[in-house]
Order: sequence, then C-alpha cells, then structure tokens
Amino acid sequence: MDFGYFFELFLGGLTRGSIYALLALGYTMVYGIIELINFAHGEIYMIGAFTALIVTGVLTLMGWNKIAILILASLAAVVYSSAYGYTAEKIAYKPLRNAPRLSALISAIGVSLFLQNYVLLAQTSDFLPFPNLIPEFEFLKPVEDIVRSSEIVIYATTAVVMVALTILIKFTRIGKAMRATAQDQKMARLVGVDVDRVISITFIIGSATAALGGVLIASHIGQINFYIGFIAGIKAFVAAVLGGIGSMPGAVLGSLVLGWTESFFTGYISSDYEDVFAFIFLVLILIFRPSGILGRKDTDKV
Amino acid sequence: MLEMKNVQTFYGNIQALKGISLRIAEGEIVTLIGANGAGKTTTLMSVCGIVPPRAGEIFFEGRPIHHMAANKIVSLGICQVPEGRRIFPYLTVLENLDMGAFLRNDKAEIKRDLDYVFSLFPILAERRNQAGGTLSGGEQQMLAISRALMARPRLLLLDEPSLGLAPLVVKQIFEIIRKVNSEQKTTIFLVEQNANLALKVAHRGYVMENGQITMTDTAASLMANEQVRKAYLGI
Repeated sequence: MDFGYFFELFLGGLTRGSIYALLALGYTMVYGIIELINFAHGEIYMIGAFTALIVTGVLTLMGWNKIAILILASLAAVVYSSAYGYTAEKIAYKPLRNAPRLSALISAIGVSLFLQNYVLLAQTSDFLPFPNLIPEFEFLKPVEDIVRSSEIVIYATTAVVMVALTILIKFTRIGKAMRATAQDQKMARLVGVDVDRVISITFIIGSATAALGGVLIASHIGQINFYIGFIAGIKAFVAAVLGGIGSMPGAVLGSLVLGWTESFFTGYISSDYEDVFAFIFLVLILIFRPSGILGRKDTDKV
Repeated sequence: MLEMKNVQTFYGNIQALKGISLRIAEGEIVTLIGANGAGKTTTLMSVCGIVPPRAGEIFFEGRPIHHMAANKIVSLGICQVPEGRRIFPYLTVLENLDMGAFLRNDKAEIKRDLDYVFSLFPILAERRNQAGGTLSGGEQQMLAISRALMARPRLLLLDEPSLGLAPLVVKQIFEIIRKVNSEQKTTIFLVEQNANLALKVAHRGYVMENGQITMTDTAASLMANEQVRKAYLGI
C-alpha cells in the first residue's frame, strides 16, 4: 500500500472533518437546547465567508498586511454572522417556540432560502475568487507537498474552538445554564435561568464558529458563491446526526468520521460518488444506531 | 407574604384557574388540597411565572409579580419543587444542587447551605458525584427539595412531594418539611393529593375543585370537616 497517498487522504479528510465540525457544533448546540434543526445554519457560514471577502477587499486596497487582514476579516465575519444568527432566532424561531416543532423547522428552511436569495441579489450568482489569507509558514517548507499551511490553521482553529467550547460548557455559569436548559427547560426557568438569553447566546456561539469555518474554507478553496452554505450545511447536519445530535463530542467525532469517509472513498474508489458515500454511511448509521455514535437514547422525556 | 387575587389562568382556550384568591402569611405552612385536575399545579406555575395568569393579581411581600419573568420571581425568593421532581438527569447530584444556587454569588454561604442540605439528607452527600437520573424516586425527591433550599427561598412551593414514594420515605420528607419551616423560618405552600398527610403538617389549608377555591380554614378544622373527610380523607 502506498503510505504517502494514504497519509494525503488522511489529512484531506481531517481538513474536511474540521470544517464540518465547526459547522456541526452549531447544529448540535441549537438542537440540544431547543430541539430545532436550524436549516439556516449553512447560510450563516456563507454570510461569514462573504463578509470576510468584502472586508478583505477593502483592507487590501488600503494596503494592510496579510495577517492583520486575516484577523480583522475573521473578526468581522464572526460579528456579522452572529448578528444574523441572533436576529434569525428572534424573528423566525422565538415566536414559534410553543408551536409544533415542524413549524419552526419550516421557518428555518424559509430563513435559509431568504438568506441565499438575499446574498444572490445583493452580490452575484457567480463564483467569486477568494484571496488566500493564510500566509505560507516558513517552517512548513520541507513538507509543503503534503500539508498546506491553511490546513494547519484549520486544524488548529477547530481544536482551539473545541477546547474553548468544552471549557465554556463545563465550567462557566452560562455553560451550566445551557446544560440545564438542554436537559429540562421548565426546571431551568424554575431555578432562575433566563432561558431566552441562553437561547440567544447559543445562536451567537453557533453562528460565530460557523463564520470561522466559512472564512477558513473560503480561503483554503479560493472561491465562494451564495450557494456554498447549502451543501456545507447539509454535510455538517449529516455529521451532527452521525455523531448523535445534541452531543458536542459527537458532532466533532461525526464530522471527522464523515470527512475521512469521503476522503478515503473518493481517493480509493471514485471521486464521482463523493456525496453518495457520505449519505450511504449516514443511512447505515441510522439503521444500526439510530441515536448516532455518541447520542443518548431519548427515553427520559416524559 | 403571598397574596393571590382573583387569578385566572388559561391553557389556550381552556380555563384552568377560575379566579383564585388566597393568602399566605410569613412563617406559615399552608396546604392546597384537591383532586387530580383541580388546578393545584397550575396555581403554583402561575405564582412562578411559568404559566402567567391572564387576569388577576399576585403580590409577593406587597410587590406585584404577575407580570414578572420566571427568573425575576426566583430572585425574589420564591422557589418551587415541581411535580415529578424534575431532576436534571445528566447533571451530578452536586451539579444539581449548584443549579439551585444559580442566582447566588455568595460562595461561603452557598457552601454552608450545601452542608445544611447534606445534614438533612446524608444519602445525597454519599451520592454527590452520581448523575441525578440514576437516583431512586425518594432520593430524587430529597434532591429536588435540597436543590430548592440551595436558593435560600423565603417561600417554598412544594408540588406533590409524596407522589409515588414509599410510606417511610414520605414520612422522612414531611419531617424535613416541618424542620425547614421551624429552623429556617421558610414559609411553605404545599400542594398535595394526600390530604391526610398535608393537613397534619400544615397550619391552614385551602380546598380546590375545578379551578376554584371551595373552602378554607385551619388545618385542624378542615380535618374535622364532614365534607372534607368524605371527599378527601376517605373516612
């Protein structure tokens, strides 16, 4: 077996998986708290990428250096996407909180279509080139055939986000409030948790990580259009379900498994069926482990 | 301390409370008894702001609370041990207790209250690192009461604390309720289907039927009342 090729596919899968993870975390957190599949989540990621593109364009004209542009563009993307996520929740989901779950789901699909078409009209339907914001690191010169520096940045960002979120959920006050709300919303209110605020913060955090994913993948691949959120969103959704929706470690694990599955199947079998492999895998998981790899069986909801 | 004036609460179009008026003085144990579906739980949920009343007024120490958000009401010192206990199943015993003190910042005092509830229910100290969902029904009820005590409530609302528990455990829990009332000076509003038990521990009682208060008196006279004895005490 060609070990070099295997390793290349392994790293490719890790890159995909890391990006899926940044998105899947948002899906799974929102689902964990209000049991809503936020179908507009992919669009938040797309808006993050567009925001970064616009900021980058302006700052490049002004002659700023690359690192500063990368940081400012990411920051702008995070802020802007979070604002969209927050607003979408307030306008489209909050009024439906006591409605049947299907209503909120349809509302989410509506938000998704609205944001896609809004960006289509406000920007363009063409693919736009996205500059590579991540500089080539000097120390990666010897291995540059194997791993690009943008990939290293993607791994590192995902790892940092995961650790930060774990600390947030486990040890902070808002993290405790989030766990309590996820387990029993009514009881959380009875101990004094401001549930509306917890939900808003969940949307903001999910949108922020999605925006980071958007900036990184756009910079890695080099082009974006208004439709990138759709496919990425569906894939991340698959990853979240694969890992067990509602579980954060599950979302990361599901994303990596999905990333590697796609990478190895396309590498060893055929690249024509990339999405087919991903969905076959989803079907198999759902047949044999319906609650996902790390999901809990939901029997305690009385 | 708590006063409800003509409170009307609805679920959609269904009226669950048809004008409830009652009053609880500081330091009292007051019980609300009645059959299934009479509106006892709804009364508590209206006080806590979970199901806000559509009409009528609720005052806590003279302040209107019927338009307040649930978390604001908790911060005033009203705490509920809800029906079915509602333990956070995947949090440990310690984390559940910690959630009870969610709105407090006084670390040293929280520690002292933790020791106090562990002294009331030593079994909880033993199980402190176990997930709440793995406790037995009785232990969960102890945890639910302890979690509410961690908020240092001035008014404690208890919804069916005896439900589904073994007689020995029920006895233990009612002893603790009395103890908390006398030692901590916590005012207690107790909702129970087990009228016999409730009237033994309470000072005063209200009888509820079909969303309305039909009778009120001291616990002793309610116990002696012919109608109450027939309908609720099974004598």
